[in-house]
Amino acid sequence: MNVRAEVLIYIIVMALVTYLVRMLPMVLIREKIKNRFIISFLYYVPYAVLSAMVIPTIFFASGSLVSAIVGFLVATLLSLFGRGLVTVASLSCVSVFLTELLLKYLG
Amino acid sequence: MKTVSNFLKGFLDGLPIGIGYLSVSFAFGIMAVGSGLSPLEALLISMTNLTSAGQLAAVPIIASGGSFVELAMTQLIINSRYALMSVALSQKLDKKVKLWHRFLIAFGNTDEIFAVSMGKKGSVGKTYFFGLMLSPWLGWSLGTILGALAGSALPDIITSSLNIAIYAMLISIFVPKAKNHLPTALCVITAVAISCAFNFLPFLAEFSSQYGGFVIIICAVVSSAVFAVLFPVKEEEGKADEC
Repeated sequence: MNVRAEVLIYIIVMALVTYLVRMLPMVLIREKIKNRFIISFLYYVPYAVLSAMVIPTIFFASGSLVSAIVGFLVATLLSLFGRGLVTVASLSCVSVFLTELLLKYLG
Repeated sequence: MKTVSNFLKGFLDGLPIGIGYLSVSFAFGIMAVGSGLSPLEALLISMTNLTSAGQLAAVPIIASGGSFVELAMTQLIINSRYALMSVALSQKLDKKVKLWHRFLIAFGNTDEIFAVSMGKKGSVGKTYFFGLMLSPWLGWSLGTILGALAGSALPDIITSSLNIAIYAMLISIFVPKAKNHLPTALCVITAVAISCAFNFLPFLAEFSSQYGGFVIIICAVVSSAVFAVLFPVKEEEGKADEC
C-alpha cells in the first residue's frame, strides 16, 4: 500500500487536465447561448461521443467476439426496454460470463 | 428544509449511478493493479479523476512510464467531450448558482451525472447537483479499491466479463435517448458508422491506431454538426422535442 512519487506526478497531471477540461467551459461560458446551431450541436455531442466510444470497441472488450456480441445485445435490448444503468451493466456482465462459460464447455 | 430535500432528491437520483459505478470501477481497479499500479495509486486516480474512459487510457501510459505530455494530451482528447457537456450543463444550471459552486459542480460532470441533470425538468440547482454527485463519487472510489484489492484473486473469466460493464453503462445512456428521438438515433448511427470506418477501413485504421482519441472527436463533431443543421432542437434549454 504505497504511492510512488513519480506515479503521484502522473496522477496530478491527469487530474489537472481532466478537471480543467470540465471546469473552464463551465466557469467561462455562463451566459445563455442563443445560437440555435450551437444549442443543437451541444445537444447531440454526448450521444455521438458515447456511441462512437462504444462501437466497435465493445466487440473487443471481453474474452471473445461472440461473448462481446451477446453482452452488447443484452445491454442494448435492456436499454431499449427502459432498464436503468445498474440492471443494464450487471446483466450484460452476467450474459458475457455465461457465454464465456458455455464456450469453454463446448470448446 | 428545502435544501435538505433538494440534496436528498439529488442523492436518490444519483444512487443508481453510484451502484453502477461500483461495478464498473471494480473492473478498473482490477485492471490498474494488473498493470502494476498499487491499490492506493488506483484509488487516488479514481478519487481525483472520475472519468471512466480517461482512466482506462491513462493506466497503460503510467504503467509504461510514458511522457507527461502524452498523458496530458490523451486526457485532453478523450475527456474533451466533458468540455462540451460542461457548456451544455452550464446552460442548464439555476441562475442562483454562484461562481465558486461551479468550480465544484464541474468536478462531478460525468457522462451519467450529465445525462441525469439534462433529463431533469427545469433548471438544476447546486444542492441537487451536490446530492447527485455524492454516491457516484463514493461508488467509483469504493469500487476501485475493492477491485484493486480483490482482483488478483478472481479467475480470468470473471475479470473479462466485468470488462463489458463500462461499455454497457455507456449504452444505457445513449440508447434510451435514441429510442425516443429519431434525429438522435440517426446521429448515433452516423457517429457509429464513422467510428467503424476509422477502425476497419485499412487506410483510416492506421490513423486511428496512432490517434485513437482524435477519432472520437471527429465522429462526434462531424455527426453532431450535421444533425444540428438538419434537425436543430428547440431553443429552450437545448432540449429535443420528443417525436
